[in-house]
Amino acid sequence: MMICLGIEGTAHSIGVGVIKDVKEKCRVLSNLIKTYQPEKGGIHPREAANHHASYIAGLISDSVHTARVDFSDIDLVSFSQGPGLGPCLRTAATAARALSLTLEKPLMGVNHCVAHLEIGRGTVTGCQDPVLLYVSGANTQVIAFAEGKYRVFGETLDVGIGNCLDKFGRGLDLGFPCGPKIEELAKKGTQYLGLPYSIKGMDLAFSGLLTAAENYVRQGKRIEDVCYSLQETTFAMLTEVTERAMAHTEKQEVLLGGGVASNKRLRDMVQTMAKDRGAHFFVPSRDVCVDNGAMIAWLGFLMYESGLRMSLDESLINQRFRTDMVEVTWRD
Amino acid sequence: MTKKILYRGAEAEIRLSQYMGKTVVQKQRVNKAYRIEEIDRHLVAYRTKEEAKLIAEARSYGVSVPLLYDVDLTKGAITMEYLAGSRVKDILNGLEESERKRICFKIGESIARLHNHDIIHGDITTSNMIFLHDRVHLIDFGLGCKNSELEAKGVDLHVLMEAFESTHSKYAHCFEYVIEGYSKKFQGNASAVVKKIEEIVRRGRYR
Repeated sequence: MMICLGIEGTAHSIGVGVIKDVKEKCRVLSNLIKTYQPEKGGIHPREAANHHASYIAGLISDSVHTARVDFSDIDLVSFSQGPGLGPCLRTAATAARALSLTLEKPLMGVNHCVAHLEIGRGTVTGCQDPVLLYVSGANTQVIAFAEGKYRVFGETLDVGIGNCLDKFGRGLDLGFPCGPKIEELAKKGTQYLGLPYSIKGMDLAFSGLLTAAENYVRQGKRIEDVCYSLQETTFAMLTEVTERAMAHTEKQEVLLGGGVASNKRLRDMVQTMAKDRGAHFFVPSRDVCVDNGAMIAWLGFLMYESGLRMSLDESLINQRFRTDMVEVTWRD
Repeated sequence: MTKKILYRGAEAEIRLSQYMGKTVVQKQRVNKAYRIEEIDRHLVAYRTKEEAKLIAEARSYGVSVPLLYDVDLTKGAITMEYLAGSRVKDILNGLEESERKRICFKIGESIARLHNHDIIHGDITTSNMIFLHDRVHLIDFGLGCKNSELEAKGVDLHVLMEAFESTHSKYAHCFEYVIEGYSKKFQGNASAVVKKIEEIVRRGRYR
C-alpha cells in the first residue's frame, strides 16, 4: 500500500490531492482545489500561474492535514507534466520537485488526459475498460485503450467544447466559465435554431457552429433559444462520436471526464446512448471529474507501481504532451 | 421475410434480407433518443439521401461499391448488394507484408478515384472496406459529401491515417502505401493533398 500526493496545475485550477491504494482501487484521502477567476475574458496564463504560486504551499499542507497523514507518510509525489499552459505547468512541477527533494521521496510526472481516464477506473465501481469522453475547456477527446496505449479515436479539430461555450458566453458577458450559465439559459429554450453539425469520421469541429450561433445572437434571436440550440447540437455531436468510437472499438463502457461532464444535459444524452446500446455509463463524482490533484496522484501511483521511475532530468514539463505518447505499463 | 442483423453500427443496423430473390443488405438508420427530434429527423433523412447519391455516383466512376436496389427516405433505409467478403480491419494485421502493401495500394487508388470527382467519403476507416474478389469495396458513405476543396480531401485521408495509427498501430507505416496508390491514380496534385494532411496533423492539439 502506498500513499501518494499529486499536484495538478495545467490550466485555471491548482489542486493537491492525497490518495492511497486499497485493493487496486483509489481511495481519496484529500483533494483540495483553488481556481483562478479572471476579472474579465479568458485565462491569462501568467496571471493563472501567479495565482497557483500564491496558493500551492498552503494547499500542500492543508491537503496533507485534511488527509490525516504526516508528510513522512507520503511515498510518492506526482504532478501534471502536460498538456497545458506552460507557466501553470511549470509552477506545479516546481512545487512537486521541491516537495520530492525535501521529503526525499520519488517524483512522477503524469499525463493529465490519461489521469482523467484512470481516476474513473480507479474510483468508479464496475468501470474497467471504458471509452472516455473527455470534455473540458481545452480538451475534447474520445480516448480508449487499444494495442498497449490510450489512443485518441476522435478529437476536436479546432477548439475544445469548453472553449467553444466560453467564447460564445464571453460575447454575452456571462463570465468565466460560461458552461453552467449556458446550461441554465438553455433550460428556458423552446425553439431549435438550426446549426451546422460538423463531424468528420470520429473527429469534430466547433468553430463553424460557434460563428453561426453568434450570428443568431446578432440577429436578435432569443438568447435562451440560441443556448439551447448550441447545447443540443454540440452535445449530440459529442455523443455521436463517442458512440462511433464504442462501435469501432467494440467496448461496452462509457466514461465521462472533464469539467463539461458536469453538464446535466450532456450526461443525460450520453447515458441515453449507452442505455440504448446496452452499455454501461459511468461518471466519476464531481470532485475527481474536474481538474484535481487526486487523479494525478492516482496515475502517479499506477505508473510507479508498474516499475516506472522518473529522474529529475526527465521531469521537464511538456505543453504538448499527447495522450497517445504515454506507454501504458500498468495495463495488459 | 427473415432478417438477420449482420452488424449494429453507431447509427444504423445492417441486416441481411431478401429482395427480388436475391440476398441483400438493408441499412436501416435508427432514430437516436439522445438527440432532439429536429436534429434526429434531419440527420437521418439527409444522410440516407446523401449516402445513396454518393454510392450511385461513385459506382459510375468505377469505384467498387455495393450496387443499390432501393432507397426509402422516410424510413431511412437503403437496400443494397450483399458483399460476402472480409472487413479490411479484420484481415489487414494478419497478412504478409507484401500482400498488406498491395491492398493498401488498392485502398489508395479507390480513394483517388473518389477524389477525382470531388466525392468525399467522410469516414474512411478499414471497418468501412470489404475485401472481395481481389477488390477493395468502399461501404458506408453516411458521412460523405461532395466537396472540391483540398481541405476536404486532406481531412478524408487524415481520418484513414488516424485509423491506421489506432487500429493497425504496428502497421501504421502502411498508410504510406495508401498514399502511393492514391498518388498514382489521383488526377490532381497529390503532393498538395499530402502537404494538406501534414498541415491537418500539425493543426491538431498538442502537435
